[in-house]
Amino acid sequence: MFTFSTIAQYHNDLLNGTTTCVDAVRYYLQNIGKHASLNAFIEVFEEEALQRASSLDAERKSGKTLSPLHGVVVAIKDVICYENHAITAGSRILNSFTSLFSATAVQRLLDAGAIIIGRNNCDEFAMGSTNENSAYGPVRNAADVSKVPGGSSGGSAVAVQANMCMVSLGSDTGGSVRQPADWCGIVGFKPTYGRISRHGLIAYASSFDQIGIFSHNVSDTALVLEIIAGADNFDSTVSSTPVPAYSQLLHHTPYKPIKIAYFKEVFEHDGLDVEIKKAFHEYVGQLRQKGYIVEAVQFPLLQYIVPTYYVLTTAEASSNLSRYDGVKYGFRAALNENDDLTALYKKSRTQGFGKEVKRRILLGSFVLSAGYYDAYFSKAQQVRRLLVEQNDAIFEQYQFILSPTVPTTAFNLGEKRTNPVEMYLADIYTVYANLVGIPGISLPLFKHSNGLPFGMQLMAPQFKEADLLALSQQLLNAK
Amino acid sequence: MDYSKYEPVIGLEVHVQLQTKSKLFSSDANQFGRKPNTQVNAITLAHPGTLPKMNKKAVEYAVKMGIACNCRIESLNCFARKNYFYPDLPKGYQISQHTTPICVGGYITISVNGNEKQIHLNRIHLEEDAGKSIHDAVDGFTCLDYNRAGTPLIEIVTEPCIHSAEEAFQYLTEIRKLVRWIEISDGNMEEGSLRCDANISIRPTGSSELGTKVEVKNLNSIRNVKKAIEYEIERMINLVESGQIITQQTRSFDATNDTTFAIREKEEANDYRYFPDPDLVPFFINQSYIDDIKKSMPALPHALKSTFQTHYGLSAYDAHQLCEDKHTAFYFIATTNYSHNYKAIANFILGPLKQHVNELGIDFEKISLLPQTLAGIIALIDDGKINFSTAANKLLPAIINNNDNPAITAEKLNLIQVSNEDAISTWVQQVINAMPDKVNEYKKGKKGLIGLFVGEVKKISKGKADPKLTTSTLEKILNEQ
Repeated sequence: MFTFSTIAQYHNDLLNGTTTCVDAVRYYLQNIGKHASLNAFIEVFEEEALQRASSLDAERKSGKTLSPLHGVVVAIKDVICYENHAITAGSRILNSFTSLFSATAVQRLLDAGAIIIGRNNCDEFAMGSTNENSAYGPVRNAADVSKVPGGSSGGSAVAVQANMCMVSLGSDTGGSVRQPADWCGIVGFKPTYGRISRHGLIAYASSFDQIGIFSHNVSDTALVLEIIAGADNFDSTVSSTPVPAYSQLLHHTPYKPIKIAYFKEVFEHDGLDVEIKKAFHEYVGQLRQKGYIVEAVQFPLLQYIVPTYYVLTTAEASSNLSRYDGVKYGFRAALNENDDLTALYKKSRTQGFGKEVKRRILLGSFVLSAGYYDAYFSKAQQVRRLLVEQNDAIFEQYQFILSPTVPTTAFNLGEKRTNPVEMYLADIYTVYANLVGIPGISLPLFKHSNGLPFGMQLMAPQFKEADLLALSQQLLNAK
Repeated sequence: MDYSKYEPVIGLEVHVQLQTKSKLFSSDANQFGRKPNTQVNAITLAHPGTLPKMNKKAVEYAVKMGIACNCRIESLNCFARKNYFYPDLPKGYQISQHTTPICVGGYITISVNGNEKQIHLNRIHLEEDAGKSIHDAVDGFTCLDYNRAGTPLIEIVTEPCIHSAEEAFQYLTEIRKLVRWIEISDGNMEEGSLRCDANISIRPTGSSELGTKVEVKNLNSIRNVKKAIEYEIERMINLVESGQIITQQTRSFDATNDTTFAIREKEEANDYRYFPDPDLVPFFINQSYIDDIKKSMPALPHALKSTFQTHYGLSAYDAHQLCEDKHTAFYFIATTNYSHNYKAIANFILGPLKQHVNELGIDFEKISLLPQTLAGIIALIDDGKINFSTAANKLLPAIINNNDNPAITAEKLNLIQVSNEDAISTWVQQVINAMPDKVNEYKKGKKGLIGLFVGEVKKISKGKADPKLTTSTLEKILNEQ
């Protein structure tokens, strides 16, 4: 009987001979089959995963030392390229497209011995907070199937939540890893902008996008991060800052005493659930009792971060998605005899993209257009700069920022579809980390009286992932 | 019509394809004339998940051009996205330098009717080329070839300071010469490595305001640029003179009848929604990088032209001719290491050698005659052993491809002039004896007949008689009698 708690425990079991990679893959394939109605996968690489598992088993039995992610069963969000495998970004417009190359992160996983078990459902082009914007149908939350799992990496979150893989990769542009992790009761981590190569990650908003990691525990996140992070020739925006062995640094105490800030204005947000607010305050109290310094700081710009985020991300998205034009690959609409080039574009993009994607392309084109550029795009860039400055000032005095991850627990399926602005405001606590490029993690700490899980978000300065993961480990251990 | 009432104002935008090995943002090969869609990797085709990676060589080439054009090289460089839809633009945007061109200002010196003039540049910036739409290959379809997509380009933009079609012609000729000189492009307009758009307007002579401009595209040769500008100036003047209004348009040149026709009105102009490309980090150019490039560059034509006049004493005309092409100029310099008869070297290069390469239709670079061999030929002329026309017409063809020793070959071919006074005196005496009437006329004062006598000596000596010695001997004998 296969069981999983951490990759370290799994590797022990493999070495003891109490389990095999094939056992592991069979176990996850079985769960995937059992939970098919959650719709977490767009495609499962059943044969391929079993074959790879058995060759890894053979390698191990021949005495080869275990590579760091030997036999680790990973699912990937369907915005991350895997050579010779289909990729859709949850969109009809990439229907029947196959990637010619693997994302750097995927290649590094494979090189470290991981098994890719399938492609996860997600919001179309990673745009959404509920995973209801997928051409492949909504994903359901395993904690309550009448609820959404969050988005945009909903499938990847549920794949870990419902034990359909050990860890999964998502992408986080404004909270798309941390928010579904919060709603699914697992660990969701987004690194510093530039920590992981974006080569092979389908772009939503290039200056915000980062690959993130879903896991059951912090040590698995640390292990996967140290494998996939670091310099890459294919991405000019990736950092060459050395990658520490995060998994070996989980027990170090980064600072004494640890100083944590939280934004006073976070609690003035109308949409913040009363129970979450209360849990947060009680949690702050507990931390203080344990000797952490936790202080409220002023953050008057809070009300501007969601508008700033949506102006900048939609601007970048409108341009990033121009390549899906029905000309070179993917979906092309059926044309009439006298349709011209413009008709080819209009019909292909109208039929190929979903409603939310079209909304964001229109918004982005608008904020970049002559006459509105200065009022929106330039202004938002200025606000982003101010946010970075304020963020730097805060981290001069504190080592971490704590906040709720999301103002509410998971929405009902279909609940927020009619009001995009209300939906966008649900991102209020997560978009900050993407705007200023810092790492953030959502830790599963609480259970709401409605039965749903929720957590807290911890953020650290750029490239302080080791500290962030070490404190996260402390907090989860003390739970 | 009185054309002098109007002054044309012209600005040129020239695109130059850089001959780097790979493309501006991908490792694809960058070559002209390959089978369609054979240099198209996932980055060039804008597959999902691909990112641009800047080619440093292209930056170096752009800096070279900036140095050659006396520009200021900017430290901070960013790339922006120019967004528009067209099937040959794979990403749906072109990556270009929008607000931070790599080179600013500068000028190119041209010469029109012997007068020098500086054409001032506004900027030079880096950008990527699009693919090619082929509309006439398959009936009812447009074919797309993405080989060219992503090729590095520099766009060289002048100030509106060109005032005639001839100036534009000279400017483009100079640009083409320069890009070949510094080896950043083959400058071939027919293959599209050099492309030009012209912005043209007219204004009353003496006015300093700019008139409504028209942009003319599809100019695929320097000659056509000239023709298009001539046509546009005349068209605009006719419009104004007949009381009509010039509208802001984009026009295309029709090479079949040397006219232009409107393809777009101003209202249809695109909103390109430029914004900084978040996939590319800004890059910085420092002075030592510029200095290193400067050191690696050959002497530039304008500087060489004056060196040729001051240091080698050549005429302005010869200096200009030698600097038409780098290989010619450097061949001259190489030959001066072996001979100091600079004038003769220039004459030989600009005469027989130029004629030779023109006849074969090859570049001067491909000439196999070594500079030292040429110097050997010139030494024979200097020593009076052979005259210029024999050297050019008989000796040169014999050794141009094998670099045989000029003196030995001249000997072998029996081309060495006879400078022996006795031999010449004998020939002179023969001629005088054979032409008593002419001798009489000469003596009566018809001194011009000396040429006839020299010619006769040349004839009976089979060209070997040293003409100088022949003349002086003739004069001596005739004046004695």
